[in-house]
Amino acid sequence: MTNQRDVALITGASRGLGFALAQALARCGAKVAMVARDAGVLERAAAEIRREGGTVATIVDDVGDPAAALRIAAQTHALVGAPTLVIHNASTLGAVPLVSLAETDPDAFAATLATNVTGPFALTRALVGSMVLAGRGTIVHISSDAAVEAYPTWGAYGASKAALDHLSRIWAAELAGTGVSVIAVDPGEMATKMHADAVPDADPATLGDPNVVAARIVALVRMGAVPSGARVVAVNVEEAA
Amino acid sequence: MNIATIPRRGGTAQRMQVIDPLGDTVFEATIGTLPDLLGPGDVVVVNDAATIPASLRGRIAGHEVEVRLAGPPEHELWPAVLLGAGDWRTDTDRREAPPEVAIGDALVLDDGTVVEIAGIYPLSSRHVALRFPTDLAAAWSTIFRVGRPIQYAYMQRDVLPSEVQTRYAGRPWAVEMPSAGRPIGIDTLVALRRRGVKVVALTHAAGLSATGDAHIDAALPLPERYEIPAETVNAIARAKATGGRVVAVGTSVVRALEASASMHTGRCVAGRGVATIILGPSTRRAVVDAVLAGVHEPGTSHHALLGAFAPPDLLARAHELAVATGLTIHEFGDSTLVLPGAATHHRRAA
Repeated sequence: MTNQRDVALITGASRGLGFALAQALARCGAKVAMVARDAGVLERAAAEIRREGGTVATIVDDVGDPAAALRIAAQTHALVGAPTLVIHNASTLGAVPLVSLAETDPDAFAATLATNVTGPFALTRALVGSMVLAGRGTIVHISSDAAVEAYPTWGAYGASKAALDHLSRIWAAELAGTGVSVIAVDPGEMATKMHADAVPDADPATLGDPNVVAARIVALVRMGAVPSGARVVAVNVEEAA
Repeated sequence: MNIATIPRRGGTAQRMQVIDPLGDTVFEATIGTLPDLLGPGDVVVVNDAATIPASLRGRIAGHEVEVRLAGPPEHELWPAVLLGAGDWRTDTDRREAPPEVAIGDALVLDDGTVVEIAGIYPLSSRHVALRFPTDLAAAWSTIFRVGRPIQYAYMQRDVLPSEVQTRYAGRPWAVEMPSAGRPIGIDTLVALRRRGVKVVALTHAAGLSATGDAHIDAALPLPERYEIPAETVNAIARAKATGGRVVAVGTSVVRALEASASMHTGRCVAGRGVATIILGPSTRRAVVDAVLAGVHEPGTSHHALLGAFAPPDLLARAHELAVATGLTIHEFGDSTLVLPGAATHHRRAA
């Protein structure tokens, strides 16, 4: 589905998988709106893609803020046009080092859900009407194996990703027949800042390269082979294809 | 007439007065019946403009002012109207005048952003062009952070930016909500499509309703920018060729389609334009057959526009009925559908 006219919106796009996705899509000719909280890091990331000839716009905002959805949606439409692809990539682990649920502060738990579940829900809600009107669009939720496996100390994050998976399925059910598809993708463990925050002593050599994972996800979306409502694991993509 | 003074979403249960100029009749229905009143071959055209939170507060040479953006930016210049101290709670006609400005003056927004008065339009010295100190991305960001929706003195409370968006809003071009589409939810869009009704969009920069400046208000509505996609033009052409009806959602859509047709020998064409025409009872419509609008009072320009779709006696009866049954007016009020043949469909569905 990716072609010259595609417009992608990516949250958490200043580094890690989000940046790799923005770069990969820009290389395919898509116009990309990049959202992140830190203006400095975001501008440097955008500059790198522009140097390669990519067309990107930056939106400094926090998806965990309930008022952000409207701002992000409107600025995306104003700066790069109607999005045909939305990738909910931004997410937070909560407080690090990770602690058990019994030691997790309820406010910190709620803040994790705000960024990882409520934020993506609100942003999809702000954008989905124009996608239904256009009769096309793809919405991707970046999930985690922590949504499926019960890893001790990953409570808030794991619960939020499980909720995100289910949110994805319900959107897909409600949008059946509209031309808008909604999927969840588990990218696998990657050598990113987030992973280093969670597991500081992990050997980077054993982790996935975000650029490779991003290329797989872009290929997945491009083929349009994943049925709406599905959850796929990125490391299995080549086998699936 | 009763005014809707609290924001509301609307939805399928919203009241809708249906005026059928072909059946010479008026009856009441709800927005949810729209898919039943229309049929395969009909095309519904909505205005997909998102609403800019276009009211900004700041100071010019120490004087408190309210700035109301009048449209989207053109070449990084933002058209705007200056109002004096105070806010929406005061009727625009009773607002203090803003200070006289000259080109080059600084407007300091409440968040500290310094905006330049880069131009003054001939209509009034309060009708200005603003230049933000940053690129467009940062200007949009500032406006969406500090701006409030434009609203008028009949409202009971502050309106939120999210409350002035249609469910299918796209580009932020409107400075006042294209409110006819407010009650149309995703469910209604989907139900219309299932019925075989084509739903397409254009973007029209719906502008200011009132400013309190006599010269500007006498000229309202100001020329408004629109863009019609090729897909919409094709859908309309197909409907015309097969006897389908073209239903405009909102007076802004009527204005854009008829403006385009008036410049292209009766057929609207794809692309951008500026709508300057004002429609009324003497207008010969070239494109639009039916309109979904708010409930409008006789004597207003919106009611005059309905005169292009239905004869005066029928509109007078509709007005009497609207008053008697307590329909509400303004942007959060009830709906009016002027649709030739509506009564026939209604009886068939019932």
